[in-house]
Amino acid sequence: MSFILKMAWRDSRASRRRLALVSISVVLGIAALVGIASLGDNLKRAVDDQTKSLLGSDLTVTSSKPFPEATMAHFKTLGGELAREVSLASQISFPTRGNTRWRGQVRALEGNFPFYGELVTSPAGAMAKLGAGNNAIVEDTLLAQFGVQIGDEVKIGKSTFRVIGALKKIPGEPAAVAMLAPRVYVSMASLEATDLLKGDRFARYRVHFKLPVTTEVEALAKTLGEKLKNQRLRFETVEERKKQLGDALKDVFSFMSLVGFVALFLGAVGVASAMHVYVRQKILTVATLRCLGVRARTAFAIYLTQGCAIGVLGAALGTAAGLSVQALLPKVLKDFLPFEVDFFISWAAVAKGAAAGLVICVLFTLLPLLAVRRVSPLLAIRSAQGQGDNREDPVRLALFFVIAAAVLGFAVLQTGHWLPGLAFTLAMAVSFGILGGVAQLVVLASKHLLPRKPLSYVWRQGLANLHRPNNRTLLLLLSLGLATFLMLTLLLTRSTLLGKIESVAGGSRPNLMFFDIQDDEILRFDAIVSANGAPVIAQAPIITMQIASLKGRAVDAMLKDGHAGIPAWTLTREYRSTYRAALVDTERVTAGKFIGRVTPGEARVPISMEESLAKDLQLAVGDEVTFNVQGVPLTAYVASLRAVEWQRVSPNFFVVFPEGVLEPAPKTFVAAVRVASMADSGRVQQAVVKELPSVSSIDLTLIMQTIDNIFSKVAFVVSFLALFTIVTGVIVLVGAILTGRLQRIRETVLLRTLGATQRQLRQILLVEYTVLGVLSAVTGGALSIAATVLVAKYRFNTTAVIPPLVLLGAVAASVAVTLITGLVTNRGVANTPPLEILREET
Amino acid sequence: MLKVERLTKTYKAAGGPLTVLRDVTFELQPGASVAIVGPSGSGKTTLLGLCAGLDRPTSGNVILAGESIGAMNEDERALVRNRHIGFVFQNFQLVPTLTALENVTVPIELRGDSGRAVTGRGRELLERVGLGERGDHYPVQLSGGEQQRVALARAFMNEPKILFCDEPTGNLDGDTATAMVKLILDLNHEKKTTLVLVTHDLELAKKCRRIIRLRSGLVVSDEMI
Repeated sequence: MSFILKMAWRDSRASRRRLALVSISVVLGIAALVGIASLGDNLKRAVDDQTKSLLGSDLTVTSSKPFPEATMAHFKTLGGELAREVSLASQISFPTRGNTRWRGQVRALEGNFPFYGELVTSPAGAMAKLGAGNNAIVEDTLLAQFGVQIGDEVKIGKSTFRVIGALKKIPGEPAAVAMLAPRVYVSMASLEATDLLKGDRFARYRVHFKLPVTTEVEALAKTLGEKLKNQRLRFETVEERKKQLGDALKDVFSFMSLVGFVALFLGAVGVASAMHVYVRQKILTVATLRCLGVRARTAFAIYLTQGCAIGVLGAALGTAAGLSVQALLPKVLKDFLPFEVDFFISWAAVAKGAAAGLVICVLFTLLPLLAVRRVSPLLAIRSAQGQGDNREDPVRLALFFVIAAAVLGFAVLQTGHWLPGLAFTLAMAVSFGILGGVAQLVVLASKHLLPRKPLSYVWRQGLANLHRPNNRTLLLLLSLGLATFLMLTLLLTRSTLLGKIESVAGGSRPNLMFFDIQDDEILRFDAIVSANGAPVIAQAPIITMQIASLKGRAVDAMLKDGHAGIPAWTLTREYRSTYRAALVDTERVTAGKFIGRVTPGEARVPISMEESLAKDLQLAVGDEVTFNVQGVPLTAYVASLRAVEWQRVSPNFFVVFPEGVLEPAPKTFVAAVRVASMADSGRVQQAVVKELPSVSSIDLTLIMQTIDNIFSKVAFVVSFLALFTIVTGVIVLVGAILTGRLQRIRETVLLRTLGATQRQLRQILLVEYTVLGVLSAVTGGALSIAATVLVAKYRFNTTAVIPPLVLLGAVAASVAVTLITGLVTNRGVANTPPLEILREET
Repeated sequence: MLKVERLTKTYKAAGGPLTVLRDVTFELQPGASVAIVGPSGSGKTTLLGLCAGLDRPTSGNVILAGESIGAMNEDERALVRNRHIGFVFQNFQLVPTLTALENVTVPIELRGDSGRAVTGRGRELLERVGLGERGDHYPVQLSGGEQQRVALARAFMNEPKILFCDEPTGNLDGDTATAMVKLILDLNHEKKTTLVLVTHDLELAKKCRRIIRLRSGLVVSDEMI
């Protein structure tokens, strides 16, 4: 064994337990990275393995109108097999359960879709029996929610169906979809028998293809797109679905990896902090070894070996823990994954995660270790610390750059883009800068500003500990502050998101919405709801239309010749627009002037457009747009742009026309009312349905419950990841205080020898840790408020919700944890006889 | 064996440059023994540090075993220390995490040598200083006198040409100090090592054949006994 390895091993004898403890700081960070990376590979493999079942077909064509006969005939000439599907939103009610109602997605199938993967029902094979009468297969979660049994009745529109099965799984659709829009399958013939497809109701028509293996699907989709461009169809291929899914998964995993990386980073700070203290305690040993002829780089190598050992141990434990995390993650994420994931260990991903962890850990360990290179052998005969080399170390500076580059490199690799990677790195750097700056201020203030004379000895000693040589102010502020910052940011972001949801239906806002009220039903509708104590709060006519031309250029031509960055969906989609005389409280004008009324017959109609749509369509105030309103061309110009609070439950629209233009067009109405309770909601809904059976409704309190359910699941995922950071923070905290205990032990013993009581020693600690705890918590808290405000504004497009109680609670908890850990970890020092401690710690 | 030429050392201090050693010149033959004495702050330890290559002089030169160490870099001086020098410190300076035997064998292991021969030689030296049975003990398990004897065994492990002792009895009681001095001188005689002893104890200094007195960084006398 070489001298370096031998010395590294021997020298670690008295500190192995401590070094092992240090390595625990990075275990959770590495565990998160390894687990997430390996699961990422599992998912990638799952996507590759189950590629075709992601779509259930080779090609799916979607239209908002029934396919013309000629088109269907053309489809049939393409070879292979095809299946038809129609889906639409509709009210579903269960007569056997007191007519409980829910807005779901009714689908009718004709053909053997899915061609790939399996549509799972209970009992199995129920789909085959769908055509034998008025049968329905209903989303399992919906049946469970209302206690509906197989064999019970379900009412869709005016028709009644018998539930013959529960829908468990559809290829390519995640379980979360079921919570928002539960699906009900009926046969095509029975759907056509209902009145659902009549009138102006919005439905989607799909044709699924199973093509011969020789068919070039992408090329076919392109050719069909060209040929049928006037029909504004959407083509989905397996490749496209795979790419969309891959992009979505990449985003999720980037976010998760960055959260994991924060835990690793915090742990690495903990390692650096502990190694800093460790190296200080080793200075005399290094000086002695130097006297005996050990070269500077050999001495450095001895301690670097120990540092690497910490990293390797951390990486090994982290990898083991990471594999457990990987096994847990699919359970955590199951509602968001559209397919089954087989658990396997991706050694390449494990190696990458462990290597990233090891590199960061070792880089941080190098920071304090660099000091070993500069220990003068003279220190063995002179105890004066001032003999050390105080020159700025260029290697140290270079190391800071390497660490910054490593963090940036990691963040950019994870996010796949420079900008978010840079933002993440900058955020970390700014946090460190601010916490470091506060630490310097504390040191200066405790040295120069505090009045000493009127203070008792305990206060003077406690405060002096903040600035004296070997103080740990910087290290504790960094680790405690960063931990508080991260934990609190997660908490506040959660409050902000909850607040955003709460604002949707709180107060006096509408909480029950009715759709598909026909033109000739609206007066009766108003009368019914008013009679039942729920007057209409908001009501709007809806007229469907498509864009025919933009600034004089026909959309069809644009789709054919290229549309210069305008998203295709904005050109092809069906717009559900309204008309009214004034703005509503969920919108405000950001440019131009809102015009609420025009004289009928106006040549160019002034409209108001939602600002993000205008941006997508590259339209500004004054630009001309021609709409195709159910076959009638209508020329309009953008008179104003509006910012719309989409998250508020109210009839909101992309395009608002003035009164005096659209009144004669075929239209339906949407109305919003507020009910006091679930019972009132049921009563009002039943009263409406009794007289107007085609009107459907959404009870927002139920939707709120659904959103809350989904959010709870999201919050669970976020909390699960935050846990890594929080636990790492606590480990770092305990580590920082434990190393502080060792650092202060000699002076504590000296004070005890000189007659200090345990009470006085505790009070000194209390003063020091209270100041550090409060300052770290307050600085971390301030940083987290800033971060939450930025995240709320730029990420979630909402206002940050900073509940003072959460803030105070978190700050108090952080201070309490610091104090308790400080006092508990120092307890032994005050209780044990001085001599015993001196012998142990020598 | 050791040639010191016009050695000067100046430190930068808050109140301006502080010269702690001025123009010190002397020469030692192989096997010689010299005591450097003087009051606190006279520059004794600084002189020892410069002679042993632990620090660089501001001006002047040190030639040790024929090698001029003034111009050497830190690593080259470390090699010279390992090849030619032994140390005994006032505070013993044993590595706390190594056993007595491991402390003794460090200088040789540092050269890449290890194995039974090295361990055997370490045990032999521990026997010689009366600690043959204590090889597996850690420094905390040894008394001050015992720790200093381990340090002495370590100092002789690499068969140094010159032994530097910095107040070797400063932390020992009278009897232990006497026994320690006897050991140092016996080993010095036995191994024919050149001895440089820094002390403020005149009785101890008189056991050497030459005494150099320092005051305020200057050599005030250099006498043979």
